[in-house]
Amino acid sequence: MSELLKTPLNAAHRALGARMVDFGGWDMPVQYTGIIDEHNAVRTAAGLFDVSHMGELEVLGPQALDLVNYVTTNDASKLETGQVHYSGLMYETGCFVDDILVHKVADDRYFLCVNASNQDKDFAHFVEHNRFDCTVTNLGPKLAQIAVQGPKAIGILQKLTKTDLSSIKYYWFADGEVSGEPARIAHTGYTGEDGFEIYIAPDQAEARWNELLEAGEEFGLKPCGLGARNTLRLEAGMALYGHEIDASITPLEANLGWIVKLAKGEFLGSAVLQKQKAEGVRRKLIGFEMRGRGIGRDGYEIRVDGEAAGWVTSGGPSPTLNRNIGFGYLPAEKAQVGAAIEVVVRNQGVEAAVIPTPFYKRAK
Amino acid sequence: MSDYPENYRYTKEHEWVAVDGDTATVGITFHAQKELGDIVYVDLPRAGTRVEAGKSLGSVESVKAVSEIYSPVTGEVVEINADLADGPEKLNEDPHGTAWLVKIRLADMGEVETLLTLEDYQAYIEG
Repeated sequence: MSELLKTPLNAAHRALGARMVDFGGWDMPVQYTGIIDEHNAVRTAAGLFDVSHMGELEVLGPQALDLVNYVTTNDASKLETGQVHYSGLMYETGCFVDDILVHKVADDRYFLCVNASNQDKDFAHFVEHNRFDCTVTNLGPKLAQIAVQGPKAIGILQKLTKTDLSSIKYYWFADGEVSGEPARIAHTGYTGEDGFEIYIAPDQAEARWNELLEAGEEFGLKPCGLGARNTLRLEAGMALYGHEIDASITPLEANLGWIVKLAKGEFLGSAVLQKQKAEGVRRKLIGFEMRGRGIGRDGYEIRVDGEAAGWVTSGGPSPTLNRNIGFGYLPAEKAQVGAAIEVVVRNQGVEAAVIPTPFYKRAK
Repeated sequence: MSDYPENYRYTKEHEWVAVDGDTATVGITFHAQKELGDIVYVDLPRAGTRVEAGKSLGSVESVKAVSEIYSPVTGEVVEINADLADGPEKLNEDPHGTAWLVKIRLADMGEVETLLTLEDYQAYIEG
């Protein structure tokens, strides 16, 4: 058993009394005061998240765009410098190596934010398919990442930076400063609220964390753990690798057709995806809400007309909607919104219904 | 709120038992609710169900996970705490009092004596 990996904020979490858990090999805070409390803070005020466990890769070279476009589903040629998009890192099978955020830093430089537990695999995947003479670098160990999320996030972060945050559009980023130290400030997030994700040097992380907590005090900012991060992303209808998507699932099955740009030309998995698009998917990701008493959880069976038909990928209580919600896979012909299904909870079928996603959408 | 009554008996699975005549009231401990976090759902057997010491009595769910509750004693469930269906969060607020789970008519009065005393339990959780 190897030792758990720690972010530069590990001591800060412990000082705040966080409950720490092993999250994919990382010693991470699951909660400070309580998941519901933290969740509500993000929806109504703001939350501060240590997401330094996330990985970052850089692709550099005259053909950087070609490599990025060859291994991912979205069309990075559409990105302007300073723009970000969500994309799928693909196998030849048309299934996910990972889901990632692609930032265009310059014509010859792309910065990718990837999942913590996939970063080594993702790096190897880029290297394996690098017939474009690019330099691929794993920046993970050189960066800490802090997310400030919620309606008050912009006001809080603006107190610490001269970079005009209101000029950074949603899913754009700027290389600026926070507290006078270099920071990549991205107007992105994983909570369904407005907010920013900042990439900074690890030795700056604890100072920025504490400054942000202090700056946010008057706004009701709370430190938030991975527990709230999960309930927030679930409500917002966002996929989590290892649950809604993995190496056996295609983006079309996962309702992520919008990140699959077949018109851009050949890329890893494009033949499979082209065929699947033409023929239609056999199974499909659905959102559900429990109608009977019980909570559908990851791995639970879904029944339709009394027969096993699919499985739950993520599920739990929605603190904002005060209902029990979840994602799952069903055969495409049974995946219509409104369909009555059952989720098997403790060997008993509990009534549920297929409902539209996202479950929660913030007021603009 | 975190006071552990001295006259209760406890288990290593973090349940408590309070005996009154031939009936045992069963709940989960302050330590248990703290470990679980925000409790959002409680599943209990119907009154009349026979339960056995060490076997499942139901489950408690927090935002993140499901936890099995094991019956500390053998007997028949005579009453369940109906307030918990609509107010599971009471288990976080008053686990040793109003948020009891079930009352069980004991099959063997002596069984309770085999459970942990407060002193044993505190030593166990501080272990």
